[in-house]
Amino acid sequence: MKIALCVKQVPDTSDIKWTENNTMQREGVESIINPYDVYAVEQALKLKKECNAEITVFTMGPLQASDMLREIIALGVDNGVLITDRKFAGADTYATGKTISQAIKKILPDFDLILCGQFAIDGDTAQTGPCIASLLDIPQITYVKEITECKNNTITATRVLEDGIEIVKTNLPALICVLKSEFEPSRALINGIIKAQDTEIRTVTLDDLELAPEDAGIKGSPTYVSKAFRPEVKHNGEKNNCLENGRGAEILLDKMKEIGVLHE
Amino acid sequence: MSNGILLYAEVTRQGYIHTVFFELANKARELADKLDGAPVMAVLFTKHGMMPDYKEGFTNSGIDKVFVFEDEKFEQYSTETYSNLIVDLVKEIEPDIFLIGATNQGRDLAPRISSALGTGLTADCIDLDINEKGLLAATRPTFGGQLMATILCKTKPQMATVRPKVFKPAYDINYKNTDFVYKLIKPEDFKDRVELVEFIQGIEDIKNELDSAEIIVAGGKGMKGEEGFNLLEEFAELIGGTVGASRGAVDLGYAPHSIQIGQTGKTVTPKLYIACAISGAIQHTVGITGSEHIVCINNDPNAPIFDVSDTGIVADVFEVIPKLIEILKSN
Repeated sequence: MKIALCVKQVPDTSDIKWTENNTMQREGVESIINPYDVYAVEQALKLKKECNAEITVFTMGPLQASDMLREIIALGVDNGVLITDRKFAGADTYATGKTISQAIKKILPDFDLILCGQFAIDGDTAQTGPCIASLLDIPQITYVKEITECKNNTITATRVLEDGIEIVKTNLPALICVLKSEFEPSRALINGIIKAQDTEIRTVTLDDLELAPEDAGIKGSPTYVSKAFRPEVKHNGEKNNCLENGRGAEILLDKMKEIGVLHE
Repeated sequence: MSNGILLYAEVTRQGYIHTVFFELANKARELADKLDGAPVMAVLFTKHGMMPDYKEGFTNSGIDKVFVFEDEKFEQYSTETYSNLIVDLVKEIEPDIFLIGATNQGRDLAPRISSALGTGLTADCIDLDINEKGLLAATRPTFGGQLMATILCKTKPQMATVRPKVFKPAYDINYKNTDFVYKLIKPEDFKDRVELVEFIQGIEDIKNELDSAEIIVAGGKGMKGEEGFNLLEEFAELIGGTVGASRGAVDLGYAPHSIQIGQTGKTVTPKLYIACAISGAIQHTVGITGSEHIVCINNDPNAPIFDVSDTGIVADVFEVIPKLIEILKSN
C-alpha cells in the first residue's frame, strides 16, 4: 500500500504580532507543521504499522520546508518530496490543489491513499484536499477522526460531523481529510532522526510537472485578495473595576434586568 | 444582463432545508438588486414526496427558480453524485455567482464542484457584497480570525461558502412566481464510491441549545477546571442560560469540544453573552460579536475581552458567580 501524505508548513497563528498599520510581523513568528496535518501523519504511521504501508510525504512551499519534511521522516515516514518553485508563489487553493495533484501523479502515480489535514490554521479553507480528490477523480472522505480498517483494497473511516458520527467505507484509491484528535502525537526517536538526516528529499519544480506556467501560482489562481484588514470592534463599553468593592454580582444582575432576560 | 445567482439548498438528515439556505436567500436578494435584478435560483436534491413541504420555503424566501433533482437515493447526501450533477447544471445555466452554506456538507461539496469547473471558491465567508465592477466581494476571516480578507474571483461562477448565522434569514417575501424545474437524472449520474455503513446520532441537542440560547454563559482558561464549569452550569441553569467554552478551556479538557465557541467552534448570537474568565483572543471573539449584549468578568483589566464587551466587570469570577447564585437562590 502506498500513501501520499500532504502537509503544510504554517505560521504559528497563536503567535502572530500585528504592526500599527495592521500588517503582519513575520519576523520572529515560528513556522510549524499545520496541527491538523500532525494527525494525518499519525493516521499514516498507523497504516504503516498495520498494513505495511509505504509513506511519501509531500509539501509545497519554500526551500526551508524541507526541515519540516525531515522532522516528519524522523517519525517513521519513508520518503519526502518538496514541491518548490518561485512560480508556485501566491497560489490559491485551486492552483495549489492542481500543483499537488500533478506532483502526486508524477512521483507516486500508483498511490492507494492520499492523506491530508482537514484544515490549515492559516488559511482555514478546508478546500485543498477535496480539490486534489476532484482533479484526480478519486472519492474523498472529509472530517475523518479515525481510519478504523484498511484491508482488501477497502478503507473504513469514522467521520465526525455537526449532527453525529458517520462510519463510511470506500475502495482505494481515495483521499481522506483528517481532523485533530485529543491524543498526544508521536515523538521522533533518535534512530528516526539519524535516518531522516540521511534521507534524500526529492525536489519537484514547475519544469518537472505537466503544468503550464499560467496554471501555477498567482497566474493560475482564480481568486485573489483585494483587501485585507483587522476585524472591527463593535462593542466597546464601560469597564467597572470591582476588584475591591465586590459589586460585580450586582452589576451583572442589574444588566440582566435591564436587558430583560431575567424571567422571575 | 446577469445570469443570476445560484444557491445550494442543503437538506439536513432530518429532511429539513438547512436554515443557512434562507440566510443565503436573503443576502442573494440584496446582491441581485445590485446586479440589476438578476434572478436568484436554487438547486435542491430530494427524495420523492417532499416537494409539497419544501415549496413554500422557496416562494417565501424569494427564489425565482428552483432546479430539483428528485430520486429516492437523495435521502442520503453523496459528494460525487451531487457534485457531478451540479457541475452539469452550472455548465448549462452559467450563473455568475454560486453560494453554498459553509456546513460540513457544503464544505465537502463546494471544492469538489469548483475544482471540476476550474473556478475560484472562497471559503467560510462572513460578508458578501457586489463591488463597483459588479463582482462578488467575499470577506472571510483568516489566521484564526485575526485578519479579514476580501476576495475576488476572476472566473465564473464566482463561488463562495458562507458561514451559517451571519445573515438574517429571508421570510415572508411571498414571491408568487417561483418556477420549479425538475431535472432529468440518468442511471449513470449516480457515482457513489463512498458507502455509508452507519450513522450515529450525535449530541446535537447541546449544539442546538447554543444556536437558540437567549443567554450564554461561557468560560475560559481562567475557570481553572471542570469544577469551574460546574459552577457556570449551576449559574446558567438558574438564569435559563446555556454554557459555552473558549478554545483554551476546551484544549485543556475543562469542557467538551461540542460547546466550543469561536473561529474553530460555533458562531453564536444570543441576547446576552456572559464571558467568564475568557481573555478574548480574536479567534474566540469572532464567534460572539453578533451577540446583542456582551458582559465580561475577568480579573485582568487589560484582557482584550474588555474591548469587545458592552459591560466589563473587573473582578474574580469565583467571587462574582457564587455571590450571584446566592442572590438568585434567595429570591
